[in-house]
Amino acid sequence: MTAFILRRSLQSLIVLFVMSLLVFGGVNMVGDPVDMLISPEADQMEIDRVIRDLGLDRPVTEQYWYFLVNAFKGELGRSFIFGEPALKLIIQRMPATMELALFSLLLAVVFGIPLGVYAGLKPEGKLSRTIMAGSILGFSMPTFWVGILLIMFFSVNLGWFPSTGRGETATYFGMTSSIFTADGLSHLFLPAFNLALFKLSSVIRLARAGTREVILQDYIKFARAKGVQESRVIRVHLLKNIMIPIVTVIGLEFGSLIAFSTVTETVFAWPGMGKLIIDSIYNLDRPIIVAYLMIIVLIFVTLNLVVDILYSFLDPRVRIKGAK
Amino acid sequence: MSNVTDAKPQATAVPASGLKKFWADFSESRLALFALAVFSTILFIALFAPWISPTNPYDLGSVDIMNSRLPPGSEDFAGNVYWLGTDGAGRDMLSSIFYGLRVSLGVGAFSGIVAMAIGATIGLAAAYFGGRLETIIMRIVDIQLSFPSILMALIILAIFGKGVDKTIIALVLVQWAYYARTARASALVEKNKEYVEAAQCLALSDRRIILSHIMPNCLAPMIVVGTLQTAHAISLEATLSFLGLGLPITEPSLGLLIGNGFEYMYTGDFWISIFPGVALLITIVSINLVGDQLRDIFNPRLQK
Amino acid sequence: MDAVKPILQIENLQTHFFTKAGVVKAVDGVSFDINAGEVVGLVGESGSGKSITGFSVMGLVDAPGKIVGGRIMFQGEDIAAMSPQQLQSLRGNRISMIFQDPMMTLNPVLRVETQMVEAIKAHDSMISKSEARARARDALGLVGISAPEERMRAYPHQFSGGMRQRVSIAIAMLNRPDLIIADEPTTALDVTIQGQVIHEMQRLCEVTKTALLWITHDLAVVAGIADRICVMYVGRVVEQGPIASTISQPLHPYTRGLMGSVPSQNRRGQPLQQIDGMVPSLLNLPSGCAFQNRCAMVSDKCLSEIPEPIDVGEQRLVRCVNVGQEPAS
Repeated sequence: MTAFILRRSLQSLIVLFVMSLLVFGGVNMVGDPVDMLISPEADQMEIDRVIRDLGLDRPVTEQYWYFLVNAFKGELGRSFIFGEPALKLIIQRMPATMELALFSLLLAVVFGIPLGVYAGLKPEGKLSRTIMAGSILGFSMPTFWVGILLIMFFSVNLGWFPSTGRGETATYFGMTSSIFTADGLSHLFLPAFNLALFKLSSVIRLARAGTREVILQDYIKFARAKGVQESRVIRVHLLKNIMIPIVTVIGLEFGSLIAFSTVTETVFAWPGMGKLIIDSIYNLDRPIIVAYLMIIVLIFVTLNLVVDILYSFLDPRVRIKGAK
Repeated sequence: MSNVTDAKPQATAVPASGLKKFWADFSESRLALFALAVFSTILFIALFAPWISPTNPYDLGSVDIMNSRLPPGSEDFAGNVYWLGTDGAGRDMLSSIFYGLRVSLGVGAFSGIVAMAIGATIGLAAAYFGGRLETIIMRIVDIQLSFPSILMALIILAIFGKGVDKTIIALVLVQWAYYARTARASALVEKNKEYVEAAQCLALSDRRIILSHIMPNCLAPMIVVGTLQTAHAISLEATLSFLGLGLPITEPSLGLLIGNGFEYMYTGDFWISIFPGVALLITIVSINLVGDQLRDIFNPRLQK
Repeated sequence: MDAVKPILQIENLQTHFFTKAGVVKAVDGVSFDINAGEVVGLVGESGSGKSITGFSVMGLVDAPGKIVGGRIMFQGEDIAAMSPQQLQSLRGNRISMIFQDPMMTLNPVLRVETQMVEAIKAHDSMISKSEARARARDALGLVGISAPEERMRAYPHQFSGGMRQRVSIAIAMLNRPDLIIADEPTTALDVTIQGQVIHEMQRLCEVTKTALLWITHDLAVVAGIADRICVMYVGRVVEQGPIASTISQPLHPYTRGLMGSVPSQNRRGQPLQQIDGMVPSLLNLPSGCAFQNRCAMVSDKCLSEIPEPIDVGEQRLVRCVNVGQEPAS
């Protein structure tokens, strides 16, 4: 088991390394790094200083070394627009994004799994067909457009929810989050629902496909043959088997939730990392772009690693080697 | 008498041949047929937009700022009816949507085709040659696929800047991996079948074997992926344009139209943003429905 | 002539599948009895309907299949007419089933203990977990699994094929059923293990006086374990009777063909016999006897009417109008 974890960790490190190379390459090979990392407003003295600090006058390999060292130190440049260290800005915004992403994930799972299992158990039923049609719709609609629709209906027309910004936060258990206040929740709901919709369709389809496959398996029939209640057959036998692929996919897709939050945050003016990066790309605030890339890569690689380990816990066949 | 499993008795139906069977299977879903019809209409509009559009919204001479923000169905002083209203600069929404469809569909399809060509080649090569080459290629594919497409596109555009060509490049780079993986998977299945061994024994050249033998059998899954990916590409391009990072104003896609119209929503002029959105939605949904049905037809596990 | 009623009486059972390609008459007029403590072998090739018969008794026929006719009288009640609740309390309790592939029969993500305890608790909700575990442990010991206390906590994939099947047997016997239906229980096992499992089952059923319906295509197994045999062909029982006489003097042409095609000591050096022709498609059954296209004794009557079971004495029934005659060649 530990060997497995070690091996996967090593692989993750390699991926991190490769990605850092790519980011470095992207920044330095494409276009002038001086333009990339130094504000166009800077005067010659400032330019010279930054060049020396970042080692831009050194050979490429040394530059890369500096890059890595700086990355470790958390030094990834200063924002042109805000003047603050890029990394600090991003980390400041991270809780908002995480809150949005996690709440969306919760919504998607809590609603998606029951709906998907139902659709899988009664594939020909009217409700099932509706669910599946709805899921295709949810899958097809671009996130930003759903966001616009939501704002139009629920904010502008009905006035149920505010259309922009994050609500008040409160701190419980050492966590500061807007889910603890009513105002916070009302601000959180629309963007979270928007983000969740895409995932919801995914989860429904996964749960349905898994259910359709598992329900035909011999062990389900055997459980019934033992006289086990149908509700338990579904709750225990079916659910545990479909959870494995679902958890894996959800875990990996959490990364895409964070990615799509860039869109949702822009539409709803939610103050997270996503909005920051979009604005930065627009404003050519390159240090933030670089810092964001590195953070995202780190998140993704960690996520992949965690999911891999989680998967091996969930499936006893992977965790415990069989006898003979 | 030595059959092992007492499986349910198989129904024996006589399979029809090739194209006819394909059409029969496809038509089983009325929804898919409807979607196909809808998509064909959209395709028609996109192809012939300059000719069937009521106005040319990008001909600056014909656009009058006095006509701006007219609600759907209104008439202007010259007697033109704006069925879907006008936008902030006075352009007819219906025409803008027609031209927008043209761009959205064009960019989406083009990038899809290029990505398919590149991805399929790489995937087939990986499967056929195997060994280290395959492992390396597939690792790259896996890693790329584990990153969400929007992120990749953002990164690429952030580095290279905006523009039509750069958007297309971004879309291609985002999609090729899907095609590569699908191509390799089906090529692997084919490769292990005997007829490839036979061809190899006949000392046919590698290229010939891949092109004439393996590839035709991989076509079906590629088409499925292609359909669904095209829808995805269109959606992605729309998102990028909406964010202001994709196509420029001179070649507005539906995404850009939606983005431009976003601000007007708060003042109640919803049509500037919503109608292009509806057009986008119809396009994507119809392609997805067709793709779904194609996938169900070609899926061996759902075969009766 | 004993006056004790059989515990299971299948009367003209018909189970049909309503598929898109047509109606598949998997079981079309099957009748036989099982007495208490008796071992009945249900023999037939793939597609003969023997497994579906077993599933019909359990009420486990999957859609698009349905029991469309006949009665399944179990201890006086008709299973075919029971409600889902009644069926559920019957299964795993009065009638148990053992499946063919032990690999897929046990849920891979649940511990063996969980799967055994739930079988007990499904029929005795008041029992405590520790008591249920104790019963499960004893059952495992009974089927010859060593160190049952620890092995219970394991997952199915940690057992070998033969052990898994023993676990299935233990589960089947947990609630002391009156009848066990075993659907090809040894087909997927190694030959050496097969012998052990067969022996185990035989011993257990003798000790507990449990009736056993052994469904298989393997004549050798049936010959060793069964008291009576029912031979199925294309959805019907074509011959049934006591094991010894049926095997040594088969009366139905199909049964004769079966016996003839088994390689055996007596015929060393002689070419193996085959039954000519192919099994007809279940979608396209001929009128009259289903064996007509392969029978050496076929006559006009065979083509027009489905033969009814004829009582030829000594508790033997044969569905053949030409019973007793010898074939031409």
